[in-house]
Amino acid sequence: MSTKIFNANDINNGRVVYLAADGSWSERIADAAVVQSAEDEARLQAVADAAFEARRVVDVYAVDVAIEDGRIRPLVYRERIRAEGPSVRLDLGKQSANG
Amino acid sequence: MYRYDAIDQRLVDERAAQFREQVRRRMAGELSDLEFKPLRLMNGLYLQLHAYMLRIAVPYGTLSSAQMRVLATIGRKYDKDYGHFTTRQNIQFNWIKLEDAPDILDDLAAVEMHAIQTSGNCIRNVTADQYAGVAAGEIEDPRIYAEIIRQWSTLHPEFSFLPRKFKIAVTGVFPDRAAVKTHDIGLFIRRNGKGEVGFEVLAGGGQGRTPMMAQTVRDFVPKAELLAYLESVMRIYNLMGRRDNIYKARIKILVHSLGIDKFRALVEEDYAATRDSGSPLPAAEIARIAAYFAPPAYERIETPVRAFEAARFEDRDFARWVTHNVVAHKQPGYAIAVISLKPEGGVPGDATSDQMDRIADFADRYSFGEVRVTHEQNLVMPNVKQADLHALWRELAAHGLATPNLGLITDIIACPGLDYCALANARSIPIAQRIQERFMDRDRQALIGELKIKISGCINACGHHHVGHIGILGVDKQGEEFYQITLGGSADENASVGKILGKGFPAEAVPDAIEKLVDTYLDLRADGEPFLDTYRRVGIEPFKEKVYAAG
Repeated sequence: MSTKIFNANDINNGRVVYLAADGSWSERIADAAVVQSAEDEARLQAVADAAFEARRVVDVYAVDVAIEDGRIRPLVYRERIRAEGPSVRLDLGKQSANG
Repeated sequence: MYRYDAIDQRLVDERAAQFREQVRRRMAGELSDLEFKPLRLMNGLYLQLHAYMLRIAVPYGTLSSAQMRVLATIGRKYDKDYGHFTTRQNIQFNWIKLEDAPDILDDLAAVEMHAIQTSGNCIRNVTADQYAGVAAGEIEDPRIYAEIIRQWSTLHPEFSFLPRKFKIAVTGVFPDRAAVKTHDIGLFIRRNGKGEVGFEVLAGGGQGRTPMMAQTVRDFVPKAELLAYLESVMRIYNLMGRRDNIYKARIKILVHSLGIDKFRALVEEDYAATRDSGSPLPAAEIARIAAYFAPPAYERIETPVRAFEAARFEDRDFARWVTHNVVAHKQPGYAIAVISLKPEGGVPGDATSDQMDRIADFADRYSFGEVRVTHEQNLVMPNVKQADLHALWRELAAHGLATPNLGLITDIIACPGLDYCALANARSIPIAQRIQERFMDRDRQALIGELKIKISGCINACGHHHVGHIGILGVDKQGEEFYQITLGGSADENASVGKILGKGFPAEAVPDAIEKLVDTYLDLRADGEPFLDTYRRVGIEPFKEKVYAAG
């Protein structure tokens, strides 16, 4: 299976958040739990679904990623933009100094 | 401008209060996503790639300076210091927090604004010619009827759950600047053989994955019958439009599948049965609304205006701006000044909060406190004395708002694309920026003349690519952004859907392809012939040969 992480949007501020290994949600992709087995994926999917049911996050889904130089990098452009911010405004989003 | 009466204000205030309670329940965990999503969408609150996005209605693109200042404040206080003017004459804010949305709706309600019907399967913000009321040759001011339709369609119980979203546009003059034929219902204000004013009613236009031009349902509907006739058109659509397939649910699919003659017969049959019970539009009500749009207190001005002519003669940069961004006004001594939101290399349609505040100041000082939003993502000062144009231009220039490119190759429509939009397949804005940079030379832009490039980041076509003289559609090709080019689209009264040039291009190859298209046009054009006319005369082949030639 491919390498994956789970992401969603925070219910209150709408920001993109990533599911960490301890079940918390972080705004930093570096904190995301990387799943590489079907068992891990099923377990984290259940954690993510529970957070959705608990009305903490919305739009939960898995993202295919690669690990490059120890950093998590989404494979498709859409997810890279979610993880970083608009490519036309480097001063906005997670890529900016204000994160 | 229209001013809310007690009923309008109460409706908007109550809606803001209702949404505050809905947000509270959502944040307290009392409402599920399934329950809350339709509620937030009914108030224009989307969830996009990075955050919630709030789309605020700007009815027929008309704003007061006070309203513009509140938009600037929303950008500053709740967003990231800017807003994005859209191809629906609306404005969007991209970084909204759910918890702030109720306060924003209160701020909007205080200046007679809201975000109702900017989403969902209802009648959306009614759009109109951005030069309404000031254009020479206009039969009547379309804002009067756009406002009447706005009131009629707001929370209309019969038309709040249509098969799909529904867009109406009105214009009172040719050329059509409101893209009337690309709308679900388009209205051309017309005079009949007796000299009476009424409406040609068209239906079945739309872009998206199945672009079609609206066709005439009836040549002439008298003013008094407008709403009752619209109800019959809407009713046939509401009854017969498909609800089983979102991609086939727009009225264009119904009109196309029935054929315009059958569709018309059904509308007329319904109208014959319901016209007496339909919504009336008495002359007194039209006059009441028209009074809000009475012309401002124009001064009587001797023309030519010497100070204006002298400034034009002496200041080359000002003269260039006047040539491209100033439009003839119906009142002697006045002008329509267009503020381009397309600085080369900028983000089409974006304005900072400071710019919005300054534009509000300029509107107060130079244009009777009024601003218009165009569907081409620019802003308009509709009533500027020619004698004030030079001073206005200097102030605009000081705030990066005097780009002299209206209708030129760098005046590009671009949807937010994959940089912001959850539906997009590819980015639009960087493509616009690379083309703008390629054609940065303003003399070259002027030499090329009118050329409308429109870019969409997906087939939903918010960037109107189907009706661009050159259209660019972003697609996802095995995870990579790719761009398909179309030629020959147009959104005016001779509207047409562009034809696909050939195989698509990776992002970095798009500016070269556009340049080859432009060079081909310059080689082939007759004296003074605009791009679209040359294309229509010579067809697509010469362009195709040049763009795809080996080497």
